[in-house]
Formats: sequence, C-alpha cells, structure tokens
Amino acid sequence: MSRHVDRRTTWVGQWWRHAILIVVTMMALYPVLWVVKMALTPGDSFDLSANPFPSQVSFSNFEDLVGSTDMQGRKLFWYWVRNSVIVSLATTVVGIALSCSAAYAFSRFTFPGKDAGMGALLVTQMFPGVVMAIPLYILMDATGLLNSLTGLVLCYATTAIPFCIWMLKGYFDTIPKELEEAAIMDGASRWTIFIKIVLPLSRPAIAVTALFSFMTAWNEFILAATFMADETSYTLPVALQRYVGDYSTQWGAFAAGAILVSIPVMALFFALQKNLVEGLTAGGVKG
Amino acid sequence: MFLLVLASLLLLPAGSAIAQDDPGRVLLWHAYRGEERAALESIVRSLNESRSDVRVDLLAVPNEAFRQRLTAAIPRGNGPDLFIAAHEAVGEWSTNGLLDPLSFPASLPPDAFIPSTTDALRFDGQLWAMPLAFKSLALYWNKGLVDAVPGDFESLLATEAGDFPLVYEVGNFYHHAAFFHAFGARIFDADGNVDVESPGAIASMQLVGRLAATEAIPPEADGALVSNLFNAGKAPFVINGPWFLGEIRDDVDFGVAPLPRLKEGALQPFLTVEALYLAKHHTASDAAIDAVVEAIGGREGSLLRAQRGRQCVPLQSAASDPIITNDPVLAAFVAQGAQAVATPSRPEMGAVWEPMNRALRRVLRGAAPGPSVAEAQQEIGFYLRPPPEEANPTPYLVLVGLLLLVGGAWAVRRAKAIALVPRVRSALPAYAYLAPAALGMTAVVFIPFLAGAAVSLFAHSGGEFTFVGLRNFARILSSQEYGVTHPLSFWFTLVVTVAWTVANVFMHVSIGLGLALLLRDPWMKLKGVYRVLLIVPWAVPNYITALIWKGMFNRQFGAVNAFLDLFGVEPVSWFSNFFTSFAANVATNTWLGFPFMMVVTLGALQAIPRDLLEAAEVDGANAWQRFRHVTLPLLKPALLPAVILGAVWTFNMFNIIYLVSAGEPDGSTEILISEAYKWAFTRQAQYGYASAYALMIFGILWMWGRLTARMSEASA
Repeated sequence: MSRHVDRRTTWVGQWWRHAILIVVTMMALYPVLWVVKMALTPGDSFDLSANPFPSQVSFSNFEDLVGSTDMQGRKLFWYWVRNSVIVSLATTVVGIALSCSAAYAFSRFTFPGKDAGMGALLVTQMFPGVVMAIPLYILMDATGLLNSLTGLVLCYATTAIPFCIWMLKGYFDTIPKELEEAAIMDGASRWTIFIKIVLPLSRPAIAVTALFSFMTAWNEFILAATFMADETSYTLPVALQRYVGDYSTQWGAFAAGAILVSIPVMALFFALQKNLVEGLTAGGVKG
Repeated sequence: MFLLVLASLLLLPAGSAIAQDDPGRVLLWHAYRGEERAALESIVRSLNESRSDVRVDLLAVPNEAFRQRLTAAIPRGNGPDLFIAAHEAVGEWSTNGLLDPLSFPASLPPDAFIPSTTDALRFDGQLWAMPLAFKSLALYWNKGLVDAVPGDFESLLATEAGDFPLVYEVGNFYHHAAFFHAFGARIFDADGNVDVESPGAIASMQLVGRLAATEAIPPEADGALVSNLFNAGKAPFVINGPWFLGEIRDDVDFGVAPLPRLKEGALQPFLTVEALYLAKHHTASDAAIDAVVEAIGGREGSLLRAQRGRQCVPLQSAASDPIITNDPVLAAFVAQGAQAVATPSRPEMGAVWEPMNRALRRVLRGAAPGPSVAEAQQEIGFYLRPPPEEANPTPYLVLVGLLLLVGGAWAVRRAKAIALVPRVRSALPAYAYLAPAALGMTAVVFIPFLAGAAVSLFAHSGGEFTFVGLRNFARILSSQEYGVTHPLSFWFTLVVTVAWTVANVFMHVSIGLGLALLLRDPWMKLKGVYRVLLIVPWAVPNYITALIWKGMFNRQFGAVNAFLDLFGVEPVSWFSNFFTSFAANVATNTWLGFPFMMVVTLGALQAIPRDLLEAAEVDGANAWQRFRHVTLPLLKPALLPAVILGAVWTFNMFNIIYLVSAGEPDGSTEILISEAYKWAFTRQAQYGYASAYALMIFGILWMWGRLTARMSEASA
C-alpha cells in the first residue's frame, strides 16, 4: 500500500481536501470574527459593514467584566472563574464516572429492565425544561442544596448523563468481546476488565463525553442564576447574562465575555483531541 | 472510586448560609448594571456605614432569570425583603401573592411623587410599591447633521441629512405605542377590556406602513442597527430610551428632546416606572425596611441616582432640583415623561405584545392595517379566554386507582411468568453498576418531571390552581381557535417542528460526517489546526452568535445579501417569507451544531479498525464502496445515539428561533416548544396549559423514540 500513501501525504495530493476545509473554516469563523470585532470596539459602537475586522482596538469591554467588584470591593471575576471551573470539572468527573459504569452495564450485561432503562434515559432528554424549573427549585430547597455548587453539579451531571451513557454504550458495543473473554480466562474480575481494558480502549468516546459534560455545565446560566444566593457564588455565564437588559444589551461587553468564556473550551478540546483520534487502532489491539 | 466522587462533591464550597433571623438585615434584589448599579451601591454603602442596626445586602439577578427567581423563591421563603423592578408586573405579582404593600415612610408620603408614577403602581385600589425612576422613549438628534429639532413630525421627516430621516425599532410595539397613543388609541377601554382595533390604532399602523413603504424609515431595524446608523451619522434622528446613552460613541455630538408632535396629537410613548417592592414573607423589621426605603427613595438618594445613574427620579422635591433641571438630557426625559402613557399593569397586558408585534410587522410588509389589527384582537381574545371549567376529580381518582390495581395485578403475573425474581437476583452486579446514575436521575429528573406533569391537569390563574382534568389537552388537540392550516394552530406548528428537526439533523450529520472523514487520516496535514478552528462555533455562547446571524440576514445591511449581490442577486427580505425565514433559522442552527456532530463522528470513526479499510482497498473497493459498505455500517452503533438525541434536542431548540426569525412571518416559523414557553411566561402564566403543551411534545417525541427503537432493532 505504500505507493498510495506517498501521494496522499503530500500537499499536492490532498489539495482538494484543503480547498474544502479552508472554505468551511472561513464560513465557520466569519461570525466569530464579528464577535471579536464587537469585543474590541469600545462601547457598543461597532460599525456596520461586511468587514469583520475592527477599525479601532480597545480592551475596555474586557476590563468591564474582569474588573467587576461588589460592594465589599471583592474581585468578582475571579470568584466566577473559580466557580465555573469547579462546577464544570466536577460535572465532568461525576458525569463520566456515573455514565461509564452505567454504560458498561447496558453494554455487557443482560438484566430485566435493560431496554426500559435505555428508553428512560432517552425520555429524560424529551422533558421540556419549562415543566422542570420550579419543581427542581423546590427539590433543591428541600434537600438543602439551594445555593451550593454541589446542587448545581448534581443538576448538570444528570442533564449530561443520558447522552453520555448512550454514547459510551454505543462505543463499548464496538469493542470486541473476545478481549474480555480472554481476560476472564486469565482470572480477571469484571471490575478489573472494566477499568484495565474497556476504559482505556474507549478513550475517544470518553473524550467526547467529557467535552460534552463540561460544556453542559460551562454554558448554563438559568439554574445558576436562580439557585445561587450570592454574587460571589455565580458562574461566568450568569455574569455574562447580566449584560442583557430588558430593553437593550451591552453587546460589546457581552462579546468580550463570550470570548473569555470560549477560550477554556478551546483549550480543553485541544488537550482532548489527541485522545479523540487515538482509539482502538492506537491501543495496539487487532480484533 | 464512587466514594471518591461523592467525597469530592461534599467538599465543594457551599454558599454562605443566609442569616434570616437578624431583623436588621435587609436583602435587596435588583437587575441594575453599570452606573445605575454603582449609584445604588453607593447609597447602600453609606447607609450600612451610618446605621449600625441596619445591614443591606444587594444581589444583582440577571434580567432573564429575575421573574422566574421571584416566582420560585418568594412563596418558599427564600425571597428578598425588597426588590427593584418595573411596574408592569405589579398586577400579576400582587394577584399571585408575591407582594406585601409597601408602607410609605412619613417623610415620603405618596403625594411627594409625580402622580403618574404612583398611579402606575396602583392595582385593585392599592398602592403596592414606591416609584424610584421612570423611563420612556424620547428623540435623540445628531448635532453634527442637523441644527435643531423640528417642532412637528412632518418637518422631521422632510430632513435631508443622512440616509434616513428617522430610525427606530419600527417592528416593535413598545416603540410603536407612541404613534398608537398619538391617534387617541388605548389598549384597554373604559371597562378594562382589550381594544386594539380602534380607528386610532388602525390609523397609526397606516402611518408607519406608509413610512416604511416610502423608505423614510428602515423597516427591519433592531436595536443594534439603530445605534449603528446613529453612530455612523446616517440617521439624524433616532427614537430610543435612556439606555441608548451608553451606546452612543464618544465623538458623536448629540442632544435629546421630547418627541415631536403629529398633526393628530402628541407622540406619547409608554412610561415604565421602576419601583421598590416589598416581598411577601420578608423577614427584616419594619424599621430596617423604612431606613432602606428612605435612603434609596428619599431626596438625597434620588439626587445621587439622577446624577450618577442618569435616572429620571419621580420624587418632586428632587425633580425640581437644579441638578436635574439644568441637565439637558435628564430634563428632556422628564419632559417626555409628562407626555407618556404608563404601560398598563393589568395581567392581561402580557397577552397583548405578541399579537400586536405580529400585526405591526404584517403592516410593514404591506398588509392592510384594518384586518391586521382585527386579527391581533382575535388572537388576544384567544390568549385571554377563561380557563377550562373545574372538573370533578373523583372519576379521575377512581380511574387511576383501577389502573393501578389492574396494572399491579398484570405486573405480578407477568413477573411470575418470566421468572423475574431469579433473573433480577442473577443480574445484581449489573444493577450495582447502574445504581449511582439511576439514583441521581430519579431524584433530579424523574421526580421533578412527575410533579411538573401533574400540573397539566390544573388551570392556573391568579396564584390559584383548579383541577380541570384533561381539558387542557382537549383544547390543544381540538385547535378550535384556528383552522388546521393557520400558522398559529397546534397542527401547523407540529409540521414546522418536524421539518425543522429533519432539516437540522440532516445538515448536522452530513456536514459533521464529511468533515470528520476529511480530518481523520493521520497523514492529513494541519488536521489539528482545522479541528480546533472548526469547533469554535460550538465554543462561543450561542446567544451572541445567533444575534450576529440575524444581523447577517438583514435585508439592507446584512452580509448574506451583500454576498449574493456579488452574483447579481436581488436583495432578499429573509424574514418576510416562510421559506427564506425557515432557511435562515436552519442555516444558523446548522452553523451552531455541526461541530458537535463532527467531534462525535471523529470519536466514533476510531471504532473502525484501519486494517479493515485497507483490506477493502486491497480488494479493489473504491472510496464510495469503502464508505458505504465498511465505514458506515461500523460507524452506526457509535453514531446512532448522537443522531437520535440530536433530533430530540433540535425538536426542543427554541432559542435559535426566538433569536433569529422570532417566528416571523406571522408566527409561522415557531416550533412547539416556544408555544409552551409563551403560555408559561407571557400570556398570564397559564402553567397548566403550558405543562399540557410540554407533555404533548413529550408524547410526540416518545412515540418517535419508540419508532427509532423499532427501526434500529429491525436493521440490527
């Protein structure tokens, strides 16, 4: 096969791929350049044209968010960053832990209620939020989790879990059972197989679900704005949403905040993308 | 491992506990930002310093969560003592039992305020709250383009400077109200019934229809466009509120004046009164609350809010102070405030906005004003129809009891028949893996859902729930108010929702799959760079990117039409036709959603052993055959979950539609979930009906889920 590889690995051999990707990337980035332009133009006075590059550059919009203080003079921005990071990472850890184990059960065991369980997970995604908000508030209040990051993590993790389980179960199903059967012959326990064989082989799917869980928590604001009783316990999206008023929105400041909020997501994706593309094949397993 | 997770959860920092027993502590919620917030904080800070027995804590709650938070928190005793909000909801809040009437301190009797502002806060003969500020639209003018403000509207329209003589959010009824009132129209007649088809209402619509048709005003102007045109010197006159002050560029020399006169009468915009409310179940002492009310509403606090926060304050002794009378901007807004009509605070007002906005936009697209407002009147009547009659719960309880009995008996028999107990026992390890997720889901998802679903059997009005059985569902399904093909009927919206879902899922999957296939190969150059750049649309909060897309579809100024112009295509008015409006929504959501599908597919592609593809290649299969017969079948198990769930999410994805097409034209591009939200949050908080709507959506999706399960079983 080496004769193919030579041509496809050169720039010339893959020019059409680059042509498509460059066009798509430009379309993907054009609206985002507008966000950057709005963020860098002082106030809300960006000009209107098809040109997505700012005519003047100022960081005043960024300072507005980063410099927020409360009455006691506390630097709120760093509280928000801390809360967002804690909540999102905890959601990711809890979400992945619960869904890996549940997905393994769905993939490898037969038990009464299996189909109903998978169906029930799908069903949760169909509940329109409008029915849930007030009962959820009452539940959090009754359990004393109102105004605590733990309560938020619980809400976010359970929001993310159904997708994670479905995604992981689908991926686990593609891992050859022969591997596990061989391990059982060698005397390994179910738990050891799960931890030592199945999870390492599923790195692409775990990377996807990690990113998904993180995003679920990272961008949510309605519950956080409703549950938390102190501005120092808000998360970043709540702070961003304050720029949206009844009659007008401070778009410049919102855009600056939107950029700050998306940078960690990009960083996380960058860190995860290696795992995303190194799965079965890189694990050295030949079915 | 799970113990570790649980322990880490418990270690998360908990929020500070609220000391509710201290009668000197006053908790105040507000939604202010910028200088208004700074002014309020400075008043509170000096109060906290001067009074050792009073401590005020402020909490800024984002506007979008404010109402929901009040409704959830106050009845459960988690609410604030005081809160600052606009007067419009005073009717709704007082009937729903969220308020105690605020007692005015002796130093600030009600007659110390401009009467129109206290009148706005009266409901059912009771004065509920203390006015703090009033806001209305006024006329901004660019001193670099024109020398003076014309005295009447006709000469203003004759101004030659700029591209348009006048710019304002013409498709928004809040802005149109100034014209509506100028022609003598009022939303409520003397008996308190909605009347939006008076001759004055029709005449006012006729006027703006003509202005748009002659391009005297740009017909698709939203807030961002208005400030752009004003800042760029393309519009000498703009109608806008005090919040616009912050959007004007520093180098624009501008003035503010009251709105000019029409031949038929003075332009009278809506007046919004921001007020200090006393929440029900407040815990602070009367003395502490009095101290806060005096500090914020009194003369000193009022002047500070006027000077620093640029607020028009209704306290007469402050309003006549030179600080305000010598400030040309504040003075203009105060003068306009005297020529304004308070936004009605009756709960029925919530049902008026949406139909009137639709009527206005119909007229702007060239429809006749008379039939347009007649339709709005009919729609308002539909939203305000009385709740279903109370039903007798006994037959329902008997039915439920019977069902439980029969179901229980059937379950026991079935369990015996399939030997459930031994099978469960042998599957115990599986349940151990499942238990943590199952517990969490039950507590946080299923129980709240059942509680929410139960509400669909009730009708909510004025804070009280009455049992109506299945009558909410009957109303939705019978669609008696509209014909089946009417854009606002349940069935029409259902078809649009299905089309919306199919179109989006198709676009997401095909683009995401295509990109993932291009980017999977290890020898592909720059693949890491492309991958990171291509997930940017997913990473940026969609609230702002959706707005940018809306701007890109603007007929006169949008990038899409500018691009089409390169190929000689006539400018498209995207939101005035169902298909183009729908396409704009789909384009935006495709852009937002393809990165997710690309990431999922990239992960799923790794489940395909590379040597399988190489073997196929050696066997002489071409690229398409390899994709069709090797990649696709092997991809399916890992990709199907994302496709099924993606469809469910898209079905309920209302915020993109809300932000991009806003249902235009005539509500035809709305989807089912947006209706549920509107019934719950505008249209008089009809929670029961909203919940029934949500359950209908749930039912449809559930059937779809069954169908896909069958399909995947059949193909497996």
